[in-house]
Amino acid sequence: MSKSAAELVFQNASIVHPTGVEVGDVAIAAGLIVGVGSGLTGKKIIDATGLHLSSGFVDLHTHLREPGKEEAETIETGSRAAALGGYTAVIAMPNTDPSQDCVAVVNFVRQKATEVGLCEVVPSACITVGRRGEQLVPFAALHEAGVRIFTDDGNGVQDPLIMRRALEYSRDLDIVLAQHCEVSRLTEGAVMHEGECCSALGVPGWPSIAEELMLHRDIELVRLTGAPMHFLHLSTAGSVELVRRAKADGLPVTAEVTPHHLALTDDLLVGFDSVFKVNPPLRTRADIQALKDGVADGTIDAIATDHAPHAAHTKDVPIDSAPPGMLGLETALGVVNTALDVSVVRLVELLSWNPARIAGIQDRHGRPIAVGEVANISVWSSTDTWNVSRDEMASKSKNTPYHGMKIRGKVKYTVFNGELVVDNEKAVR
Amino acid sequence: MKHLLSADDLTTDEIIAFLSMADHMAEVNARPVPKVPALRGKTVVSVFFEDSTRTRLSFETAAKRLSADTMTFSASTSSLNKGESLRDTIETLSAMRVDAFVVRHKSSGVPLQITEWTDACVINAGDGWHQHPTQALTDAYTMTREFGSPQTLKGKTVAIVGDILHSRVARSNVSVLTKLGAKVVLVGPSTLIPASATEWPVNISHSLDDVIADVDVLYMLRMQQERMETAFVPSLGEYTTRFGLTAHRASRLAEHALVMHPGPMNRGIDMVVDPADVPGSRILKQVTNGIPVRMAVLFTLLGAGNASQLTQGTDL
Amino acid sequence: MSSAGTQSGAVVLTAQDISRAITRIAHEILERNRGINNVVLVGMQRGGVWIADAIKAAVERVEPGSTVGAGSIDVSMYRDDIGLRPVVPAAATNISVDLSGRTVVLVDDVLFTGRTVRAALEALNDYGRPRAVQLAVLVDRGHRELPIRPDYVGKNIPTHFDDEVLVNESGVVVTLAQQVEEKVS
Repeated sequence: MSKSAAELVFQNASIVHPTGVEVGDVAIAAGLIVGVGSGLTGKKIIDATGLHLSSGFVDLHTHLREPGKEEAETIETGSRAAALGGYTAVIAMPNTDPSQDCVAVVNFVRQKATEVGLCEVVPSACITVGRRGEQLVPFAALHEAGVRIFTDDGNGVQDPLIMRRALEYSRDLDIVLAQHCEVSRLTEGAVMHEGECCSALGVPGWPSIAEELMLHRDIELVRLTGAPMHFLHLSTAGSVELVRRAKADGLPVTAEVTPHHLALTDDLLVGFDSVFKVNPPLRTRADIQALKDGVADGTIDAIATDHAPHAAHTKDVPIDSAPPGMLGLETALGVVNTALDVSVVRLVELLSWNPARIAGIQDRHGRPIAVGEVANISVWSSTDTWNVSRDEMASKSKNTPYHGMKIRGKVKYTVFNGELVVDNEKAVR
Repeated sequence: MKHLLSADDLTTDEIIAFLSMADHMAEVNARPVPKVPALRGKTVVSVFFEDSTRTRLSFETAAKRLSADTMTFSASTSSLNKGESLRDTIETLSAMRVDAFVVRHKSSGVPLQITEWTDACVINAGDGWHQHPTQALTDAYTMTREFGSPQTLKGKTVAIVGDILHSRVARSNVSVLTKLGAKVVLVGPSTLIPASATEWPVNISHSLDDVIADVDVLYMLRMQQERMETAFVPSLGEYTTRFGLTAHRASRLAEHALVMHPGPMNRGIDMVVDPADVPGSRILKQVTNGIPVRMAVLFTLLGAGNASQLTQGTDL
Repeated sequence: MSSAGTQSGAVVLTAQDISRAITRIAHEILERNRGINNVVLVGMQRGGVWIADAIKAAVERVEPGSTVGAGSIDVSMYRDDIGLRPVVPAAATNISVDLSGRTVVLVDDVLFTGRTVRAALEALNDYGRPRAVQLAVLVDRGHRELPIRPDYVGKNIPTHFDDEVLVNESGVVVTLAQQVEEKVS
């Protein structure tokens, strides 16, 4: 293919490869990367001097709310938020209404996302029907429909028998179960991390042990069954240590952490602002340090947003009845880049390569920046600082905990399947 | 001061100012006509999302003795039952030109949240397990009247006994009493004392018998039936055996020691002895003192001249 | 109120002048009410209380053996400017007798706009229905904003509205508005 045939060229970008950063041009045409080198030109030329160019980000943990809670987010608004955050693929969590526990709902989500076309939405599915923890979903049929991650996120599978069976059954298929670790009996009515602030505010606490007990149980079930498992949004120092030991034992486990658990602490709840209520809850400085250590030494595999939009009127209620969750897609890069002290290569590994592999979509996401690859690309600055404003979110909801905060790191361009969907910080549609 | 939300927000000087203002209000209460026109034209709305006859009546009496107009909004008779949100309720009431909301809610933090939705003063009349600042001021007032002056609380030992974990009264009292220099001892089973209470400026004991002979004030909390269901205590009987005020325990109190309780008492469980038989009992005195203390709070917030009142021009 | 001696303003009444004025007022009260038996002196907190005490002492000197009913009244809760400026209750009201059927002599240090007296009249209502209420002031400085006039006056002192009048047992000092400003700046 001749150089002049390229539709889009990023010139002079700092291209992030697993081996390091290399300055060069990247040319895109017909959905593919058609040139990597220097002196490339094309129809649209973007000067990417000083910007990083990497494979597009992949979010393992996004709540798009459609079907069921379109007042909070739709597949369209969520896709736009994802694209603006540099994501070319998001895993849609199954706690919709109806739940993503059957092929019909999964196909609905996928089709809707294809129509929007701002990023790939990969539906996950429940482990149990209706997330009720009783009956397993049709794993094989859903696998056939393209589902790779199964989770009862929000509740977690409480019953050890069900979890054991699900793990055993999943071995027959190329899928991964993802667990939300929470012994729900220990967190009844919980508003926030059980600690000093919680005691002073007089609200029910969410103790660290509730996460760690479940994590421990499931690590042992992985040991028993040999089936792989992914652990969602780990939040405590004890959890990091449990995963570290499980990995040392050679168990097939992976783990994610959210940007907010790396950046925010429980004392933010002191004003009873429900925007800071999230599940698992914001924890202490010591937990944050342990999570960062886990990110640094590879215990934690991925950053996942747990993007959880909620309509304002559902958050404007007494804090104990407010639903947990906060926005994450549009701020993830900035928050993580500000909070973590890791190399650019490690950052892309956490945001793109590893999550793509865990989600089983590494055939098209988290790929090398090389000729012939699908052009799913994110171009971003690691030095630009900006003020987060809830009023400027593309998400349909405004529940960002970073409102009024300054973060460093901003996505400038996103290319999805060869199409420029974010151009100079603006979504094209 | 615009709102009274938490005893934690009060400085020692502000607490002492409330107590001395309460003294003045007590004198008003003792007059042949216990009513002054200080808050004429002000509207005070009691917004009670949780039942509480005594606190509501205490506030309403206080407001009326200052000549404020009072209205009551209680959840059982309200449109909350029709699905109206808390925010809509407050904004609707505010639109009727309310000067102060007196708020009781079963959820911690609601009075603070409400301040975002109204320009009126908000007074916390008890929120969840969080705070009940006027109760703590009333209790401190009762103690200081008995002992002489706010300064005399310095070095006095106050034992707060029972379900600390679920008690807004305990949290508020710890804050007020320690600021006045009292030594506070929390007494209860480990399950009912917040784990982080070790970080509070208090001592902790798990035996009432160990401390009872040495206290200047014994402050009993209400023990509720439902605590058994979630295994905080094996049985109410066992609780009473360890932490109830029995006649025998009462007999070990120092002669000058006061016995207090925020009410309502759970007779036979937290209070086994009849308080009428305990010479140091000031339980009814607490109720009486609630009125001048709440008058002091209402007057300080609504009448003592802050800028927002001026701009609203409600008083000419 | 700070001591009159330290003020930069003009001393318009000395301690001796005050003493004479109080004695005269005591005589006038006795004369007008034909004795003291049915009269109660009520000092307005805070400035009027010591003057009421002094008048009581003077009456008891003039008519030995008589007992004068006396009390004090705090009007801060009755003021019409609550909410417009910081109000701190001055001191306790202490009226131990039923005022119904008696003649009350309200006593204050300075009569100015009349608003404090209006508040005091309202406050008195709560202690019964006096047969009559009279007003005694040590200084009348003018500028009335309400239809109120004193029955007994120690001295009339013309002032500007913004002048400052300070009264205590050692004297009465008037500081002119101009000087007040200078002190502030």
